[in-house]
Amino acid sequence: MEAFTTHTGKAVPLRRSNVDTDQIIPAVWLKQVSRTGFEKGLFAAWREDPAFVLNDPSYEGASILVSGPDFGTGSSREHAVWALQQYGFRVVIAARFGDIFRNNSTKMGLLPVVLPAEKVEALQAAVEADPTLAVTVDLAERQVRWAGEVVAFEIDDYTRWRLMEGLDDIGLTLRHADEVTAYENGRQPWLPTTV
Amino acid sequence: MGRTLAEKVWEQHVVRRADGEPDLLYIDLHLIHEVTSPQAFDGLRLAGRPVRRPELTIATEDHNVPTVLGPISDPVSKTQVETLRKNAAEFGIRLHPMGDAGQGVVHIIGPQFGLTQPGMTIVCGDSHTSTHGAFGGIAFGIGTSEVEHVLATQTLPAYRPKTMAIEVSGELPPGVTAKDLILAIIAKIGTGGGQGYIIEYRGEAVRKLSMEGRMTVCNMSIEAGARAGMIAPDETTFAYLKDRPHAPRGEAWDQAVAYWTSLRTDDDAVFDQVVEIDATTLTPYVTWGTNPGQGLPLGETVPAPESFADPVARQSAERALEYMGLTAGTPLREIEVDTVFVGSCTNGRLEDLRAAAEILRGRQVKTRTLIVPGSMLVKLQAEQEGLDEVFKAAGAEWREAGCSMCLGMNPDTLQPGERSASTSNRNFEGRQGKGGRTHLVSPQVAAATAVTGRLTAPADL
Ligand code: SF4
Repeated sequence: MEAFTTHTGKAVPLRRSNVDTDQIIPAVWLKQVSRTGFEKGLFAAWREDPAFVLNDPSYEGASILVSGPDFGTGSSREHAVWALQQYGFRVVIAARFGDIFRNNSTKMGLLPVVLPAEKVEALQAAVEADPTLAVTVDLAERQVRWAGEVVAFEIDDYTRWRLMEGLDDIGLTLRHADEVTAYENGRQPWLPTTV
Repeated sequence: MGRTLAEKVWEQHVVRRADGEPDLLYIDLHLIHEVTSPQAFDGLRLAGRPVRRPELTIATEDHNVPTVLGPISDPVSKTQVETLRKNAAEFGIRLHPMGDAGQGVVHIIGPQFGLTQPGMTIVCGDSHTSTHGAFGGIAFGIGTSEVEHVLATQTLPAYRPKTMAIEVSGELPPGVTAKDLILAIIAKIGTGGGQGYIIEYRGEAVRKLSMEGRMTVCNMSIEAGARAGMIAPDETTFAYLKDRPHAPRGEAWDQAVAYWTSLRTDDDAVFDQVVEIDATTLTPYVTWGTNPGQGLPLGETVPAPESFADPVARQSAERALEYMGLTAGTPLREIEVDTVFVGSCTNGRLEDLRAAAEILRGRQVKTRTLIVPGSMLVKLQAEQEGLDEVFKAAGAEWREAGCSMCLGMNPDTLQPGERSASTSNRNFEGRQGKGGRTHLVSPQVAAATAVTGRLTAPADL
């Protein structure tokens, strides 16, 4: 996973709530067995509408998605995160995220930032007024900054550390393999196996 | 202070706890299907890691499989299914492939085999893993990176969610089902209402539900934003499990039951949040919009966006009505549908099929009606009871087991603009096919709707 410390880029406002993962990447795109090529499926249905915000050339190259509340609800498909990243997004900002989506993002190094709804709204308005606006998402300082605005966000220390170091969870867990074995030795004897 | 059911099960599975870190949680059962696993197995291969406990893992083919006999026609789907077969063989994981008597939707087969038991931790790369919480365990959906993590370590790092009690008092009136109850709960607390919580469903109406009804309720916990939902195990749970292939036997059974009986929220335990619902006031529910929280009793009319005080809800309703092709003020009972779908991990079990058959017996369907059993075993049992004959005589299509039109990854889809009454769990835009419009309903309402061609409750027939 690519480490994330601070990122400055253009943002794009997505003025919709309940952006479920079926919208982020429709099911037909989930048949691939590889991890690449999902950018083409990002918001596939919505992108057919020429008026959809991602089709607006003024937002070309944006790397920060600023969405309405409840972004990434629904299906657990991590393909949603892959599609966003492969399209070029490094950060998604919203007032609330679906739990599984948020987890998947932090495993992959896509930073989900929760800001209060009125700050999300203010950022959307600022970007609409000036699509070239530089927005900085600073994980080290836990801040989002744009045009003189400084807004703090919360993220737990552990996830922040993991993202900043770009650490792989599996490697971290395997350091504790002895503890896993010790736990396994004490499991209840009636628990089922699949064999 | 006493502990909640969720806290008891969680604590039982903590492998490691350290300050400032998430708990490392042991996973008792890992369910796998073809869609969210290929990249996880690839990751293992790349790192040269084995599967730590293949015997706590089970795989099935469900999302992509056709529900008519014959091979998979879509080459991309076929590759995905074949990839699962290769991976299962390479890593030594039990697989139930298409055509196998044990095949079915991943959340139907776990309970059916008796692999889903009280007090367990169960995960799957699928958000409806919450279904298994009906037995009193903690079960939740995970992404592909986490699937790889569980394969490699049989554990997951996770923060313990907060706890929410949903207390359902009184009894459900006749004709009102578990599906109506959960749709009413989601309409009340919203699609984000359960976010960050494990929900425990409690109260008289919940206790009186069958295991199948309990699974329907827990299944849709994710639609309220909660990763997991659970119900304390009781005699209903034990009776369901007894003598299933993987349930404990003999002395082990007695030991297990003694432990399972302790799995209930202590009287003095405190939940982080409590929601109360009066079951006696409920009627059949349907959704009118494009998220599962946009639901109403069938007797209501399509709401006007202006009736929502919250600007976000208003905007969402406006968009939903436009997408759904509905006008505010239209009675829900007047909405005409093109397709009826009975199936999915929400309502594709034997009881659901029995309920639909009871209504279709001796009647004719007016719409295209797909009846898709949730597993091959459900199919077999339904056929032994002659339900397939009832469906076919009514003009409905009787299919093979799979996810089918729940998400339209196989050929069972809606065409743009087509409208369905569906017993599945998601009415998102395009969920059942691009441009398709979905109304979520119970199996009973689905069957009655098939008869009239309009959203209908059985009592209206
Ligand atoms: S039936 Fe639907 S919700 Fe259930 S596992 Fe299959 S696709 Fe997912």
